[in-house]
Amino acid sequence: MFNVQDIRKDFPILSRKVNGKSLVYFDNAATSQTPQQVIDAIIDYYANYNANIHRGVHTLSQEATDLYEQARQKIQAHFNAKFSHEIILTSGTTDSINLVANGFSSLLKKGDEIIVSALEHHSNIVPWQMLCERTGASLKVIPMNEEGELVITDFDNLLSKNTKLVFVNHISNALGTINPIKYIIDKAHQVGAAVLIDGAQACPHIKPDVQALDVDFYVASAHKMCGPTGVGMLYGKEDWLNKLPPYQGGGEMIAEVTFEKTTYADLPHKFEAGTPNIAGGIVFGAAIDYMNRIGFDAIAAYENDLLNYATEKLLAIDGLKIYGTSKNKTSVISFNLEDIHPYDVGTILDKLGIAVRTGHHCAQPIMDFYCIPGTVRASFSFYNTKEEIDTLVEGVKKAKMMLS
Amino acid sequence: MTIEDIQNEIIDEFSMFDDWEERYQYMIDLGKDLPLINDQYKTDSNIIKGCQSKVWVHAEMKDDKVEFTADSDAIITKGIIAILIRTFSNQHPKDIIDADTDFIDKIGLKEHLSPTRANGLVSMVKQLKMYAIAYQTQLN
Repeated sequence: MFNVQDIRKDFPILSRKVNGKSLVYFDNAATSQTPQQVIDAIIDYYANYNANIHRGVHTLSQEATDLYEQARQKIQAHFNAKFSHEIILTSGTTDSINLVANGFSSLLKKGDEIIVSALEHHSNIVPWQMLCERTGASLKVIPMNEEGELVITDFDNLLSKNTKLVFVNHISNALGTINPIKYIIDKAHQVGAAVLIDGAQACPHIKPDVQALDVDFYVASAHKMCGPTGVGMLYGKEDWLNKLPPYQGGGEMIAEVTFEKTTYADLPHKFEAGTPNIAGGIVFGAAIDYMNRIGFDAIAAYENDLLNYATEKLLAIDGLKIYGTSKNKTSVISFNLEDIHPYDVGTILDKLGIAVRTGHHCAQPIMDFYCIPGTVRASFSFYNTKEEIDTLVEGVKKAKMMLS
Repeated sequence: MTIEDIQNEIIDEFSMFDDWEERYQYMIDLGKDLPLINDQYKTDSNIIKGCQSKVWVHAEMKDDKVEFTADSDAIITKGIIAILIRTFSNQHPKDIIDADTDFIDKIGLKEHLSPTRANGLVSMVKQLKMYAIAYQTQLN
């Protein structure tokens, strides 16, 4: 049974004070908090297994290798990938995107087209702009509407035989909109384009099935899923990963090296040059175990309840506007108070112990669309409570009173 | 008054407040009160970009003293600007170059001058000093 008070006991940070007040942590879309079980897994690795992997003949190295590869299998199972070698462990979503963008440098030519969406994080815009500069390909953008949804009929019109790649986030980090990725994947495949879905914001809330989606690449970060920072994953279909050239050269990623020629290792090691974040990879697995024990159905239902409660309470504040009003959204509320800068609201909330994000959320095109400098973003996780939302609502009222 | 005198005066004013709320309310009021900059100077070339709030700074030399005007799109940032301008404006360039901003710590607003705050204020202080250095060079 889902019991939020029991769950909260798993997270030591939730009992700390900030500016003399009990912490209310609503910046989950930036990074999630870490349960004791995951912290224990970090300690367990360094206390009992720390060794370099894949090379040593000694016991520690073999045990560490086993743990690392077991973590890869956990990630494979979680995302329902066909093979564990389709899971590449990276330093995070941004690294995963850059790996793919770099790989496509040799596959694209002038006249080819890449489609991104207006809802993207800068990390899913800039690498493609750089790819376009390198290859002469051009970038097209699926526009958004006032509700913060993609205008999908415009996507249909952007598709052509020149479309080689489509990149869309599963869920918008700034607004929380859930994008119709299955439709986008199927349509893109009809013209022969590959699709990369940025799942950084989706994976804390839902369990994607990469085979059911038939997606070519799917990327995510551990630190948004109760895991550690500095580790993430790239799922790629085997065929695509074989087609892409290696990203970085170094140890681990080679089969044979002479000064005349190097042959590369098989998947997944071809893309994992150097000593990886071993502890990070293993603990990523522990974080996935933790979230699955709670259960993604229970998480989604509870967070949806929090979202509805917070939306209703916040909208009751005179002059408060919510950006991103799609019916299909996760527990993220981006808002502003009339004539008040989001930075000011965030500063007052911080003094009250409430952690929210303020600013453009690395999604300036969205802020430009709404003609605003940024928003205050409160993002809720399964360990948050309605009482905390009440604290936020009182905090916003206080900020409004002080700043008006 | 010297910069140090003004800073001590500000420390005195803030010592009257018991808690953060009163301090912030005072700072917000300072931000609201002042028409800080002439609109013609709110240009892109005078803008200091923080990740979150924007700051505009304009400087002029009058009788061997530097006069600063500034503005921000966020009111709390504007309040701190008002305090900084009050200490640095109408002072000799050399005194501005030599002055520090430790008094901000003493009035309980240290976090706003942290480089991670992304509000443009750290860059603003640097910019005020750069203007002072430029005018000092002219005087030499």
